[in-house]
Amino acid sequence: MNRGMLKFAAAALAVGWMGLAMAAPDVGQAQKQALNVHAIVMFFIFVLATLGITYWAAQRTKTASDYYAAGGGITGTQNGLAIAGDYMSAATLLGLTSMTYFQGFDGYIYCICFYVGWPFIMFIMAERLRNLGKFTFADITSYRLDQRQVRTVAAIGSLTVVVFYLIAQMVGAGQLIKLLFGMEYWMAVVIVGVLMVIYVTFGGMIATTWVQIIKACLLLGGGTLVMLLAFSQFGFSFEALATKAVENSKKGMALMAPGAFLSDPVTAVSLSLGLMFGTAGLPHILMRFFTVPNAKEARKSVFIATLCVGFFFTVVALMGLSAITIVGTNPQYFEGGDLAGKLVGGNNMPAMHLAHAVGGNLMLGFLSAVAFATILAVVSGLALAGASAISHDLYANVIRQGQATEAEEVRISKMSSLGLGVVAVLLGIAFEKQNVAFMVGLAFGVAASCNFPVLILSMYWKGLTTRGAIWGSIAGLISAVLIVVLSKAVWVTVLGNKAPIFPYEQPAIFSMPIAFFFAWLGSVTDSSVRAAKEKEAFEDQYVRAQTGFGAAGAASH
Amino acid sequence: MSSEVYERIRKNPKFDELVSKRSRFAWTLTFVVLGIYFAFIMIVAFNPTALAAPIWDGGKATIAWPIGVSMILLFWLMTGLYVRRANSEFDDINAEIVKGAIE
Repeated sequence: MNRGMLKFAAAALAVGWMGLAMAAPDVGQAQKQALNVHAIVMFFIFVLATLGITYWAAQRTKTASDYYAAGGGITGTQNGLAIAGDYMSAATLLGLTSMTYFQGFDGYIYCICFYVGWPFIMFIMAERLRNLGKFTFADITSYRLDQRQVRTVAAIGSLTVVVFYLIAQMVGAGQLIKLLFGMEYWMAVVIVGVLMVIYVTFGGMIATTWVQIIKACLLLGGGTLVMLLAFSQFGFSFEALATKAVENSKKGMALMAPGAFLSDPVTAVSLSLGLMFGTAGLPHILMRFFTVPNAKEARKSVFIATLCVGFFFTVVALMGLSAITIVGTNPQYFEGGDLAGKLVGGNNMPAMHLAHAVGGNLMLGFLSAVAFATILAVVSGLALAGASAISHDLYANVIRQGQATEAEEVRISKMSSLGLGVVAVLLGIAFEKQNVAFMVGLAFGVAASCNFPVLILSMYWKGLTTRGAIWGSIAGLISAVLIVVLSKAVWVTVLGNKAPIFPYEQPAIFSMPIAFFFAWLGSVTDSSVRAAKEKEAFEDQYVRAQTGFGAAGAASH
Repeated sequence: MSSEVYERIRKNPKFDELVSKRSRFAWTLTFVVLGIYFAFIMIVAFNPTALAAPIWDGGKATIAWPIGVSMILLFWLMTGLYVRRANSEFDDINAEIVKGAIE
C-alpha cells in the first residue's frame, strides 16, 4: 500500500539530504567539516535502512492490531530492547555523561533514580498490563468504567505527556544536529518531523519497534565501545580512573561521594517518585506491553529492558568519569583552548568530545549519528502513542462510541500522526531559543500524577469508580502542571519573574498524593447505580488480570 | 459467556492459591527493592560521608561506586528471579486453572 507516497517521501528525503550536504560547510572550522561527513554518511545509512524496514513493515500492517500493537507478534527480547530504546534518549547519553563529568557520583545517583522504576514495573504492573490492555493504556483504565469519560481524560493525559516530551526532543534534536552536523536548526527539526511521520504512518508499531531496536543496539554498542576505549587508557583499573579524575577535576574528592545534588530531601524523594512512577505512566512505554503475545513475554521484555537500561547507565557514568581526565585536560575541547573555560559546544558535550578523543573523527561521527537516530526513534514512539490516543481513545471510543471500523480508526491514526508531526515541527521551531529542560520534568510529572495513579488504582482497587478516576486524573494533571509553572524552572527561567512562587521544582511528592486523594474521594462518595455496577465488574477484571484469560491475543499472520 | 468462565476460575481454590502466592512473592520483592533504594537515598540525603570511604586503603575510589553498581545489578537479578518463578511455576498453575474452567 501507498508505495507511491513512500517513494515520494524517499525523494523528499533525498532533497533534504542534498540541502544538508550543502549546508554543511557553514560550520566554519575546517576540522569540524571533516567529522561531519562521517556523521552524515552514517546517519544517511541509518535512515535508508529504517526506511527499508518501514517499507517492509507497511506490507505487514493490515489490521488495527498490526498498526497499534505489531499484531502482538513481537518477542519478549525484541520488545525488551525496544522498551529500553524508548527509555534511553539522546538526553540520557549526553545529559547523564555530562552530569557525571561535572558532578561525579551525583550523576550516578541520578541514573539509579532513573533506573529503579523498572523492577517496580516488573513486579507490580507488567503482567496485569498485558492481560488487560489492547492498544492503549486507557483500555485498562476504562475496562469497567465509563468509556467516554475515562478515555477522554486518559487521552488528555497521554497527549499532554506526548506533546511536552516531543517539544523537548525536537528542540534537543535541532540544537544537537545544528552542532554536530552543521545543519540549520529548522532543517534538522523538519527532517526529524518528516521521518517520524513516515515511520509512524506507513509502518505503524512494527516499523516503530524495529527502528527502536536497531537504535537501542547502536546506542548500547556505540556507548560501550567508547567506554572501553576510554577505560583502556587507565589500564581498565577503576582505582587509576578515579585517582586521575580526582586529580583533574575542580571538585577533587567531592567527585567520589554524594554532594549537593540531593542535599534537599524533599527534592530528592520527589524526583525519585516522579522518575519511578512517571516511567510507569508514560503512554509510549505502556503501549509496548501490548506488542507481545502474552504475560510471559511481557515479563521477559521488562527483564531485558532492565538489563539494558542498568548496563547503559553504568556505561554512561564510566564515560563521564573518564572524560574528566581525557577531555578535561585537553585544550582542544575548550573554547579558546582555555582549560578553565567553557567546553566547545556547551555543557552537554563531554560524551561527544570523549568519542572524538578516543576514536577520532570516525568515532565522533558514529556517536553523532547514533544520537540523531536515538532522537528519531524516541519521537516516533511518542508520535505513535499520541496518534493512538487520538484515534483509538478519542475517535473510535468517544466520538464514534465503538462504531468505527478498524480501517477508519487506522486512517484517523495516520492523519493524527501527520498532525502531530506538523505540531511538533512548529513548536520545535517556536521553542528554539527557550530553555526546555523543564518540559521533560513536566512530562514525567504529568505521567506520574495524571496517568499512573488512575492506572494503578483501576488494576488494584475495586472501589475505583468513573467519578473517582476523572477527579484523580484531573487533580493530578492540574497540580503537576501548576507546580512546574510556579516553580523556578518556568516562573523564573522562562517567564522572567524574580522569585518562584512554589519553592520545589519536582511536583511528584505533592501532585501524586493529591491525585490519589481525589481518586479516592470521588470514588467513596459515589453512591450511584453506575458506581455499584463498576465495583461489581471488578471481579471479572481481576480474574482476567491474574490469569490472562480473555486477553487480546497475538494475531496470526 | 466468558463471565461464567471467570466465575468458575474464581471458585477454583487453586486460583486463590495462585494469586496469594504470586502476590506475596511480587510484593516481597517490591518492598526489598524499595527498602534498599530509599535507605540509599536517605544515606545520600542525610549522611553522604558514609559513602566516601575508600575501597582500598589510601585509594581515591570510594565505596559509593561499587554500592551503586551492586544495587543496579541486584535489582536486575531480582527481576530475573521473578520472571523465572512466574514464567514456570505460576504460569503452570495458571494454565491448569484456565484449562479446568473452559472444559
